[in-house]
Amino acid sequence: MSSEPVTVDADIAEYGLRIGDDALILAQRLSEWAARSPQIEEDVALMNIALDLLGQARTLLSYAGAREGRRRDEDDLAYLRDEAEFRNVALVELANGDFAVTMVRQLLFSAYQCELYRRLVDSADPTLAAIAGKAVKEVDYHRDHAEAWVRRLGDGTEESHARTQAALEATWPYHHELFEDDSLTARLAGAGLAPAPGSLRDGWADVVLPLLGKATLAVPENTWAPTGGRRGQHTEAFGYLLAELQHLHRSHPGASW
Amino acid sequence: MTELEAGFVAALEAESRIEPRDWMPPAYRQALIRQIAQHAHSEIIGMQPEGNWLTRAPSLRRKAILLAKVQDEAGHGLYLYCAAETLGVGRDELLDLLHAGRQRYSSIFNYPTPTWADVAAIGWLVDGAAITNQIPLTRCSYGPYGRAMARICKEESFHQRQGFESLLTMSRGTPAQHEMAQAAVDRWWWPSLMMFGPSDDESPNSAQSMGWRIKRFSNDELRARFVDMCVPQAAVLGLSLPDPELRWNPERGHYDFGEIDWTEFREVLRGNGPCNRARLATRVQAHEDGAWVRAAAVAYAEKHPTPPR
Amino acid sequence: MSTEWPLWEVFIRSRRGLSHTHVGSLHAPDARLALTNARDLYTRRQEGVSIWVVRSDGITASSPAEKDPFFDPAADKVYRYPTFYELPPEVEHL
Repeated sequence: MSSEPVTVDADIAEYGLRIGDDALILAQRLSEWAARSPQIEEDVALMNIALDLLGQARTLLSYAGAREGRRRDEDDLAYLRDEAEFRNVALVELANGDFAVTMVRQLLFSAYQCELYRRLVDSADPTLAAIAGKAVKEVDYHRDHAEAWVRRLGDGTEESHARTQAALEATWPYHHELFEDDSLTARLAGAGLAPAPGSLRDGWADVVLPLLGKATLAVPENTWAPTGGRRGQHTEAFGYLLAELQHLHRSHPGASW
Repeated sequence: MTELEAGFVAALEAESRIEPRDWMPPAYRQALIRQIAQHAHSEIIGMQPEGNWLTRAPSLRRKAILLAKVQDEAGHGLYLYCAAETLGVGRDELLDLLHAGRQRYSSIFNYPTPTWADVAAIGWLVDGAAITNQIPLTRCSYGPYGRAMARICKEESFHQRQGFESLLTMSRGTPAQHEMAQAAVDRWWWPSLMMFGPSDDESPNSAQSMGWRIKRFSNDELRARFVDMCVPQAAVLGLSLPDPELRWNPERGHYDFGEIDWTEFREVLRGNGPCNRARLATRVQAHEDGAWVRAAAVAYAEKHPTPPR
Repeated sequence: MSTEWPLWEVFIRSRRGLSHTHVGSLHAPDARLALTNARDLYTRRQEGVSIWVVRSDGITASSPAEKDPFFDPAADKVYRYPTFYELPPEVEHL
């Protein structure tokens, strides 16, 4: 890797990829639920969330491409990067599992996005601020939806409770990555461009922990904290996800759709 | 004729709506339940062939368009189930009949979508045929069904345009894309014509349906309307239609077209189309997998009758 | 225990409307999910709309024709017919 001087453009581009990839990959996972949801109304709701996230991804990736200055548009970034170049956290690439896993994942992630965008609205970068302004309303709805379901599943039947507790045990380790700070985030926070991820944790916990309690769920212990997504290190599932996402586009280089 | 029957007949003749609380002949109610349910089931099953390409869409814009479309289809199914419920049947009952193979859905969805271009072809041809069928239904005698149709038609015409646009882009794209688009149109043309059903003299329910002002035009009339619409559109697309007998007939004022092979249609109706078993299995699986979720929601509602916020 | 979710009627007032109008119905297990489902299904991401959801069995309706055989002035439902109504086998065939 070349050691070029760090520029604001490069930093913002990299940051845009991180939060844009998060949205893109989760949209991809959610679309796998089409025609498979527990109730038709839920197909509508999940596709709605996927559409919002995809919209955020497109705006963020386009912006990252513009700041990066290598003439890469949203499709170049989504379809032509290899695994190691993706910057999403592992939480969003986890397999959907059952509906409990999907809703717990959604709760943990949307609550994070709520905190993130609420603060990003004050970014010194007007584009990031504008993107956050629109997204804040969307992710509030996503969190509300996930919240309603985690409560109902946690405090529903014995079976739903067991599945949801298991889902929480399985996904909990992946939330730590959302709040990792590094030199990039330190520079961005210093310049008032983006909130430090670590500074979002308390606000997130204030929402999530009481909710888990109301859902009669036990908060798992903090044992394992997988990491690496922001540096392009992903789970084994990710390769399959990307293969599916990218294959058709890559089969027709240069084609317009 | 009783006073109630006379009222019903008078309403039909005056082209006014029959609403849920009005008296209606049991056979009218049954025919509507059957038709609306089939329509609803079609929307839900229809999510599958297109949903098949959601994770593989070749551009983010197309992915978003397809997501919106599949979401709309779920929504249309819901509007229609609700219209059916106004006739005194529960949605769960209708779904049970679908899952048991005792109620049908449009057989067009028993065909596979082996390539991306099939999704575009469905948008242009299948949605186009559906709209041709549905516009007259907006004037159906039964209020809730007519109103659901109006809402659906508005949303579906958007999707049809998107399908057309997608095909156009491929047709004018690389040779591989053009070939993909042409192959898809070749696959979907005849099944789309079959969507309108056999000629009315072979369709036992048509006359009664017309009398009740549910059906407004014959199957053949609607099919002709559809063909007339598609032929010039195909020319714009730069794609051919797989029918050497297609030609303008100035005396009829319509395009003549070749014989439809109804044996294929009958086989698909019988359950032997390429995807019948898979489509139903996916639908049943989703329903069964979701049972614990639905049960959890009911249990929660019983524990918390005045919901805490 | 039945796992069927009850039916709710949905009323929408768009931003420029003066009063809520009935737009249709949906199934939901409780009021909160009924509201969010109604927002997804009937407003399709539009902002500024007001939504009311009411359980269908909470509505009392009049009958347009008093000679309606099902009319019961005391407590009539919106369109639910008596529970003894069953679908005859004819519904199987096209």
